[in-house]
Amino acid sequence: MALQDKYAELISSATTLGVAGLATAEKGGVLHVSGTAKSTADYDALWALYDKIDPGMTSNDLMMNIDIKAETGAQLKVTTDASNLNIRSTPSTEGEIVGKAAHDEVVTLVEKTDDSWWKIKTADGEEGYAYAQYLSPI
Amino acid sequence: MKMVKNLFSAVMLTATIAMVAPSCKPKDADVQTKVAEALKSTPGVTVSVTDGVATLTGEVQDEATKAAAETAAKGIADVKSVVNNLTVAAPPPPPPASMTTLLDEATQQKVKDGLKDMASVTLAGFTEKGAIINGEVTPAQNMKIKQMLASAKVMLDASSKLVIKK
Repeated sequence: MALQDKYAELISSATTLGVAGLATAEKGGVLHVSGTAKSTADYDALWALYDKIDPGMTSNDLMMNIDIKAETGAQLKVTTDASNLNIRSTPSTEGEIVGKAAHDEVVTLVEKTDDSWWKIKTADGEEGYAYAQYLSPI
Repeated sequence: MKMVKNLFSAVMLTATIAMVAPSCKPKDADVQTKVAEALKSTPGVTVSVTDGVATLTGEVQDEATKAAAETAAKGIADVKSVVNNLTVAAPPPPPPASMTTLLDEATQQKVKDGLKDMASVTLAGFTEKGAIINGEVTPAQNMKIKQMLASAKVMLDASSKLVIKK
């Protein structure tokens, strides 16, 4: 139960923020937490809290598999550092680049293909797969 | 005089019935105790008995427990009928999916994809426990890497040398 105690504040915040399907379990020295946050702001707040509890997140004792609620048609902001986000023909970096979305551009979610790749459509009508890490529901 | 005697008999009879009746009709409280005893092994159930009708309230784990409690209550002598007002608790959420994720090829590819644009780090490989990632990162990049790994349900292997620049 030590990890549950260490991350008690995080779990209670996730509950307060209304993270859907929140589940926690400890296994092999790692606390697994999963669920769906209501917004990007909530997701960021939970990660900031993780970084506060375990500075640098270096202890390797938390698997925070939280995603953000986004349904088909949701608006997504491109959150690359500065560069363009590649839009590909298949959900992999092996896929051919079929378009690009600029930093801070807003695109539309077509389908959450998996945890890492989402199918998106730009305002110009370019459609394909982009790495979900660089897309934040707004 | 005969009439008086008859009247006396009638009074006696009434009195006898009045005295005997309560012992024939079981007290609700006693029945309630018996039902509660029978349901002792099912926590969360409250029983109340009124005129031989047992009402079950509370929350139980599943439909089977709900039905079993009703059957058990019906099995008690002197229970005329059972009102089953038990509710079934919502099932607990499934355990986090990351508990069972294998570091298969598709998962490894996700990590490769996620690190592709981070020039300052190298992916040295994978172990049973996770990805070995080496390099120097800013706190913001560190956050991105940890988020990317979590979304792919991959741990950072302990042998990683990931230095966070101040």
